[in-house]
Amino acid sequence: MTFFLQLMVSGFALGMVYTLIAIGFVIILKCSKAFNIAQGHFVMIGGYLGFTFLVTFHLPVWASLLAAVAVAIIMGLLIERLTLRPMVGQPVLAVIMMTIALSVVLEGLATLVWGGEYKTYHGVLPTITLKVGELSIPPETLIGVIVSIIVVIILMLFFRYTRSGLAMMATAEDEQVVQSAGIKVTTVYALSWVIACIVGVIGGIILGGVSGVMIPLANVGMKAFAVVLLGGVNSIGGAIVAGIMLGVLENVAAGYLDPLLPGGGLANVFPFVVMIIVLIFRPHGLFGLVEIERI
Amino acid sequence: MLQVNNIEVIYMNIIQVLRGVSLEVGDGKIIALLGANGAGKTTTLKAISGLLKTEEGEVTDGSIVFDGKRIDRYGPVEIAATGITQVMEGRRVLGHLSVEENLMVFAHNRKDRKEVKGDIEKVFEYFPKIKTLRRQTSGYLSGGEQQMMVIGRGLMARPKLMLLDEPSLGLAPLLVQEIYEIIRRINAEQKMAILLVEQNARAALGIADYGYVMENGRVVLSGAADMLKGNEDVQEFYMGLSVAGSKKSYREFKHYRRKKKWVT
Repeated sequence: MTFFLQLMVSGFALGMVYTLIAIGFVIILKCSKAFNIAQGHFVMIGGYLGFTFLVTFHLPVWASLLAAVAVAIIMGLLIERLTLRPMVGQPVLAVIMMTIALSVVLEGLATLVWGGEYKTYHGVLPTITLKVGELSIPPETLIGVIVSIIVVIILMLFFRYTRSGLAMMATAEDEQVVQSAGIKVTTVYALSWVIACIVGVIGGIILGGVSGVMIPLANVGMKAFAVVLLGGVNSIGGAIVAGIMLGVLENVAAGYLDPLLPGGGLANVFPFVVMIIVLIFRPHGLFGLVEIERI
Repeated sequence: MLQVNNIEVIYMNIIQVLRGVSLEVGDGKIIALLGANGAGKTTTLKAISGLLKTEEGEVTDGSIVFDGKRIDRYGPVEIAATGITQVMEGRRVLGHLSVEENLMVFAHNRKDRKEVKGDIEKVFEYFPKIKTLRRQTSGYLSGGEQQMMVIGRGLMARPKLMLLDEPSLGLAPLLVQEIYEIIRRINAEQKMAILLVEQNARAALGIADYGYVMENGRVVLSGAADMLKGNEDVQEFYMGLSVAGSKKSYREFKHYRRKKKWVT
């Protein structure tokens, strides 16, 4: 039983980070109706940024986070201005192709700047140890959980209570109406990319602290992608639930199923199997917004 | 207040939709723009509000002047800032947002945040029907409620000129009357000029001061609303009345269609 609970807890922690990254997906999807293939690469860049600020520059953790967020903001603005603004009004497929190109560029950039090597800053992030009975929560994931929860809450408040948040939700519904209301859609787009970059980079710092950084860290984007599909492509609440679900499933599957099979790759496959089964019965995902149709 | 001088509009560099349209909206007036499908009414509105530019349309000739400023080169966001709001055809609700959020979106650029709250109440005063629905998801409202919300949404920007595109579309006659009564009240109380595009000529001329009739991208007839109401051609083609002003009889074996006198 303890073993099971232990798996649940670390799964939850992992799931929160997935959620964080998935929210980046959801925001871009809501605004531009396109999947951002490069979301995982924001995470990878975030991991490397964490390494640079924490290890190379020896900055304290809070300063590193702030610096990384600052870089993320600049990155988001640049990406929107240089690659996505020219694509406004183009077919969604063209936008997706552009994000593929973006992912390749980011990968090249990471190789150029950090040499594409395996970097680790294990033990640099502050550790909080928490023991509940026999359960112990791995210290580095706990800080990840806390940061993720804070960021997710901030984002939800942002959408619920601020003018810019409302403008973003409105833009997702009808661009033309929003423009007739005097809202600049380009600003809204820029904001959405900035947020996507920030959540990606923060997720990257957390994951980098747990398992180290190298180029394949970008593959976590695919997991977040599964989270988004499972939760419903345009629902932040769905991303939270689905993120935790996938994190827990992955860990529990790793704990119980991997020893049974030689090779032990099942943990990575199992969440996707669940995703496929759910999508068969609920094509909009668990919490996806159904198109409202009335005449 | 608004002068549209002989504008031509071309879509996608090839399809000419307007071939020289001129009209004028005076301070605090209600102006009706009538015409059949495809006459260019909506395009005229979009040329004024700048939304044309979001649809690859372009004003290629003529000028649009609002409050002494030439606005035909502006984008929709800049034009909205000068005090023009368009209420688009077909309601266009932001379906997943609540009624109140829909209203708030149009107050986005207002600096006087305190008065915005008061304005929301004012909108509900004009449209008491949607007051109880303020937290409902707007996509599930009835057609009439949505139309009311969308007009109210336009008010939230506090425009000097509101462009209303077919507020009667798809609504029951009684509801059309109700909405037109409210439009008249808004015009009188807010001193807001209204440019009204309608197929329902009877309803539109009922509240308008002046009217224009469009056909094939041109204005073919204009005059005071009372004059237009009495015009035989307008009666025949837009109100379904025959020459004598009585309901047209379709029982007679054959009747000869009047020819439009203005056809060019």
